[in-house]
Amino acid sequence: MIDAPAPPALKPFEALGRWTIFLVESLGQFGGFLGQALGALLTPPFKLWPLLGRINYIGFRSLLIIILTGGFTGMVLGLQIFFTLSRFGSEAFLGPAVALSLIRELGPVLAALMVTGRAGSALTAELGIMRITEQIDALTVMALSPMRYLVAPSILAGLITFPMMTALFDVVGIFGGYLVGVELLGLSEGTYFGEMQTFVDMADIMTGFWKSVSFGIIVTWVCTYKGFHVAHGAEGVARATTQAVVLSSVLILVWDYFLGTILP
Amino acid sequence: MIKVEGLRKSFRGQQVLRGVDLEVPTGSITVIIGRSGGGKSVFLKHLIGLLRPDSGRIEVAGVDLSRLSGRALDEVRKRYGVVFQGGALFDSMTCRENVAFPLREKLSLPVPEIDKRVDTALGRVGLAGIGTKYPEEVSGGMRKRVAMARALVTEPEIVFFDEPTTGLDPMLVNAIHRLIRELHRASRFTAVIVSHEIPEIFEIADRVGMLHEGRIVEIGPPEVIQNSKNPIVQQFIRGEPDPQV
Repeated sequence: MIDAPAPPALKPFEALGRWTIFLVESLGQFGGFLGQALGALLTPPFKLWPLLGRINYIGFRSLLIIILTGGFTGMVLGLQIFFTLSRFGSEAFLGPAVALSLIRELGPVLAALMVTGRAGSALTAELGIMRITEQIDALTVMALSPMRYLVAPSILAGLITFPMMTALFDVVGIFGGYLVGVELLGLSEGTYFGEMQTFVDMADIMTGFWKSVSFGIIVTWVCTYKGFHVAHGAEGVARATTQAVVLSSVLILVWDYFLGTILP
Repeated sequence: MIKVEGLRKSFRGQQVLRGVDLEVPTGSITVIIGRSGGGKSVFLKHLIGLLRPDSGRIEVAGVDLSRLSGRALDEVRKRYGVVFQGGALFDSMTCRENVAFPLREKLSLPVPEIDKRVDTALGRVGLAGIGTKYPEEVSGGMRKRVAMARALVTEPEIVFFDEPTTGLDPMLVNAIHRLIRELHRASRFTAVIVSHEIPEIFEIADRVGMLHEGRIVEIGPPEVIQNSKNPIVQQFIRGEPDPQV
């Protein structure tokens, strides 16, 4: 059956309807993709070597950039917060201010953004190239699930490595704040760390932990999805990689806000 | 036997397959020829279960592939070996690891048995000494042969070749065709080859089908196709330019 063309006055509604259908289909496909990956993750056979490979790829190879960015973020925080607090004569609170900023907010967010730029984009490009060179099809026709071999290990690796990298980012950042606050600006070591123990509690650490866990899922989910559905050759890979990084980064910031309002 | 009936497929309103009918006898080499963009690869993707038809049946050993999904589809695919156009070798693995991969992951064989079978498979395609080279470190012809070794190492009943000689020089084209014929003689698998290597492909085919504008317009032994009175077939075989292009 051929649909009759819509009258000109209804054209905008037709376009809106088409766009809505496309959006709902895309979201369904996006959600279904995660469902399939979780299905592959929770049912045997479990693939240990691909998981270890992904932990190395996403986590271990991101260590340098995490240490670098964590260190300098802590140093900048130490410097700026010290000068702000000194106006009120409250320099003693530098330690807790740096630690709380990093543990609750900056650690999970900046670590996730850094890993998105380094490993997430590479993940999309790798899967995209595998798609256009038919390597994913080759796995499928071997009766081996690409979800089990490529996607599920990446998502589990994100789940494992993001909290660890966030913890490392926090520790290095607090040490960066120490270098500036204590070694450079003359605050006493006891004040810096002592006040931190008073003001930072387990709820703050858990807030950062839950954020990093959810960012781990978001980044690997978005990046594998975009890579898995690449079309149109090298240009398609480039477009998918850009989209993956942009979408992951936006979702990290949006989700961070929502979690910030929910978590204590 | 593979039996295809009334296979139709459209993409965004454009009909690519318009009712393909085809029978592939067990143990034969059936070659699908046709112009580039004529739907040959799309047809092959239906046979290996990568695409679902809009309508029609694809019967493999009595099972309708177009109605299967998940594990049931994988059960049929376990009978398959596929040689992709570009080889589709995993570039993170060496050529040897590529050949060993289906044995390790599909059949879960012990390591000495895997090594033995990989040596045999690589030997059959003339690459016994390829060792630890990665796909990017070997020539196009060698990549195709590694891809064949990988497709055949599990001793599949049915092997699909998607333009196995594209991008190779004439000597390599003949060498690959000879290799397919030798491997077929040794293993007696059912082969479906998509190709436009005319007339070389006639030397190895038991049957040739011409796919044109989404339909098989002629099928039969190579000599029947070569002497066909169908102007579309003759135009393609002679390589005459298409007035529409």
